[in-house]
Amino acid sequence: MGVEGIGARVARKEDKRFITGRGRYVDDVKVIGLTHAHFIRSPHAHAKVKGIDASAAKDMPGVVDVLTAQQLVDDKIGNLICGWAVSSKDGTPMKMGAWPAMAPDTVRFVGQAVAVVIAETKNQAKDAAEAVVVEYEELPAVSSMTTALAKSAPQLHPEAPGNVVYDWAIGDEKQTNDAFSKAANVVSLDLTNNRLVPNAMEPRAAVAEYDEAEEHFTLHTTSQNPHVARLVLSAFYNVAQEHKLRVIAPDVGGGFGSKIFIYPEEMVALWASKKVRRPVKWTGDRTEAFLTDAHGRDHMSHAEMAFDANNRILGLRVKTHANFGAYMSLFSSSVPTYLYATLLSGQYNIPTIYAEVMGVYTNTTPVDAYRGAGRPEASYLVERLMETSARQLKVDPAELRRINFVTQFPHQTPVIMAYDIGDFGASLDAALKAIDYSGFPARKAKAKAAGKLRGLGFSCYIEACGIAPSKAVGSLGAGVGLWESAEVRVNPVGTIEVLTGSHSHGQGHETTFAQLVAGRLGISVDQVQIVHGDTDKVQFGMGTYGSRSAAVGMSAIFKAMEKVEAKAKKIAAHLLEASEGDIVIENGEFKVAGTDKAIALPMVALAAYTAHNLPDGMEPGLKEGAFYDPTNFTFPAGAYICEVEIDPGTGKTDIVDFVAVDDFGRLINPMIVEGQVHGGLAQGIGQAMLESAVYDDNGQPVTASFMDYAMPRADDVPSFRVSHTTTLCPGNPLGVKGCGEAGAIGSSPAVINAITDALGHNKIEMPATPGRVWEALQLRQAAE
Amino acid sequence: MSTVKLTVNGKSVSATVEDRTLLVHLLRENLNLTGTHVGCDTSQCGACIVHIDGKAVKSCTTLVGQIDGANVTTIEGIAKGDQLHPMQAAFRDNHGLQCGYCTPGMIMSAIDIVNRHASDLDEETVRHELEGNICRCTGYHNIVKSVLDAAGRMKVAQAAE
Repeated sequence: MGVEGIGARVARKEDKRFITGRGRYVDDVKVIGLTHAHFIRSPHAHAKVKGIDASAAKDMPGVVDVLTAQQLVDDKIGNLICGWAVSSKDGTPMKMGAWPAMAPDTVRFVGQAVAVVIAETKNQAKDAAEAVVVEYEELPAVSSMTTALAKSAPQLHPEAPGNVVYDWAIGDEKQTNDAFSKAANVVSLDLTNNRLVPNAMEPRAAVAEYDEAEEHFTLHTTSQNPHVARLVLSAFYNVAQEHKLRVIAPDVGGGFGSKIFIYPEEMVALWASKKVRRPVKWTGDRTEAFLTDAHGRDHMSHAEMAFDANNRILGLRVKTHANFGAYMSLFSSSVPTYLYATLLSGQYNIPTIYAEVMGVYTNTTPVDAYRGAGRPEASYLVERLMETSARQLKVDPAELRRINFVTQFPHQTPVIMAYDIGDFGASLDAALKAIDYSGFPARKAKAKAAGKLRGLGFSCYIEACGIAPSKAVGSLGAGVGLWESAEVRVNPVGTIEVLTGSHSHGQGHETTFAQLVAGRLGISVDQVQIVHGDTDKVQFGMGTYGSRSAAVGMSAIFKAMEKVEAKAKKIAAHLLEASEGDIVIENGEFKVAGTDKAIALPMVALAAYTAHNLPDGMEPGLKEGAFYDPTNFTFPAGAYICEVEIDPGTGKTDIVDFVAVDDFGRLINPMIVEGQVHGGLAQGIGQAMLESAVYDDNGQPVTASFMDYAMPRADDVPSFRVSHTTTLCPGNPLGVKGCGEAGAIGSSPAVINAITDALGHNKIEMPATPGRVWEALQLRQAAE
Repeated sequence: MSTVKLTVNGKSVSATVEDRTLLVHLLRENLNLTGTHVGCDTSQCGACIVHIDGKAVKSCTTLVGQIDGANVTTIEGIAKGDQLHPMQAAFRDNHGLQCGYCTPGMIMSAIDIVNRHASDLDEETVRHELEGNICRCTGYHNIVKSVLDAAGRMKVAQAAE
């Protein structure tokens, strides 16, 4: 490996443009003749649209057109789809309510669009929107799952009686019930996993252009997966044909899952660009992000764990209600099922599990994958239950975990997943050492003397990443394959372009992917350019989510590199008059092993393109592609320990220490890996202590701006102590597992376990705000 | 409409704009300085921070008409040619950015913080002072590290001048 190869802390190649203000995000794109779109959105959570009068608006200055939902219907534009089929336990398919990009007759959540104004400037579009009169007939709305499931509840979709999406189950019910009947102890817990708003700092945006002569569309959009966007826009929404649509996702300012989905606004902008024969730009504002970006989490669960007399787990029984919001978003069906219940075994030997999940419609913003997607909900449930069990069974929480850890691999859980490798004890040991666990009682006593309550909480999480073998996810209902593609182009001068179907929106692929190539050839990362995010350049790709870019995306590059190197070695051997098997690659040269004969990469590349002297029958050029489909999920896992101090006078909780020990397999760039963990930890701490999307009883969002929704700020989070243990993933050629989501998956339970430890009881829900902590303290005092 | 004269990144600019025009829109739409970003509608996130007469100000809450004659510096104006501002270099060296969207505002805010806290800058002060800048990617860990690192570099740079 060169100094900039795998494992090196290489500074990011992409940073220069971001720190100098030269990043190019969608809203920065300008084209000649650009118009601006502003959507007219429902102020009601549930209403009939009785009529739209845009006549006055059309006469306003600068207005190009006002387009309504009915025109979408007339143009036969398809409804939004959910791309993962999940059936109820009785075998009936999920109940998908029709979701048009703009609502022609019924709106089902505040913020759903009914029309769009296109004008010369953004302000003119906004002004004209004020003059569009929409007549609504309000209908009763349901904002919580409890009210949505009540017998007399208003019904959202004719397709979904009782507002139920599906009633799904996994595992063996009878076997699990039997285990509980034999249990020495049963510990139960009711949990709410609060609804979150992803809030990538760059709001979603789209710039759509239509070339009439070529009948060709170009869409710049804030996407984590531009090829999937193109596929969905063409195959399902009928807006443009796939070969007549170029989708570009340039610099994208964060995603966290929310930019996987193909939303109404992008679709309408594309359609409108042909309608008005002008390019159309739409850039969401923050309130639109709160109203229309897919939200995350929002579960209510009852969980029970059965133990034998030796504190070994006998079984787990879970009943979860998952709020879908008003419609089924693109991958919503998979999140509370195959991405959640399949991780309920945690890091533990659990002989039998039975989990039921009921999906519920409410008059709220649709819910889908948000950083972790199902896995944070699973780890929160399992790790809260383990900590609660330790307290009830009067066992040390580290010890209870340790005696139940999976230690033999591969390990088949009762809920589909087969863990390939791990060393859960090693992560826990490292975390205990880092936090100085044995010193905690003294720290607690010292805090008490100072009038503070100190608590310590664990979380030993596991997740499934690198989503996943196409065949496996296909058998579970996924509508797409989840491989990745790569193409490695060696230019005639020896510089290299790598085209990848992965998409970077903060992850640093331009550096880490270059490190892989540079390390193999012994050249500088500056010689390697990573190309991504453009369907005209990259042939196809599945995009970036589920911490899959290293395990799947880089593995595809690895495969393509093997092919490139094999051909280059043949050429080098021919030019050096040596045997192909004797050629080794070192420091950018092809050498005959054990001799001083060598030829530099640029000379080999040039020979490939001049083609004057190639081995007989060899095609000119040096360019290879590969598609990589993994053989299994990967299983990052780790141990997090959080230590908090509560001020009983105010309920304010400070995180005084946070230790994260993760096993991500091989690290490509430890600096970037640590950054991914830091960001995930802040999001998990945000969920645990600050963030919550709140609706009133009528379905009005109460938290639709940064004034009302508490985003973690710099002084809400501590500096983190992050380290690693390593078991190499056997499922891919690089031994990597994925690190993008772990922080968000593992941290929330550690924080709440620490707070409940300090409180001395379990009666607190996320977010544990100072007000809630203070109330919980009053409960304790009342009990005393 | 009003006509306003400004100095932006050292160049004289005269613009005739609607009275409601915000500085961030003048920078982005009229002057093509797209490094200054908009991340919210409520003056909370700080992605739009620029320097007006040397002080960090949220350009999404500043009407162009309010600042006639002012000296405006944006993220595009702080490097000296190819030589990065010490704060820019510190963000790169400490991995203080991921998606890059909040970064220009963070850097502009951080320079102002360092300028105002000559000797008493510590982690707690940096975290408190960054209250008006939201980042969703980094968990702030490496941003705080970058600012503290840059404070040292800026001192050295000032001493050298």
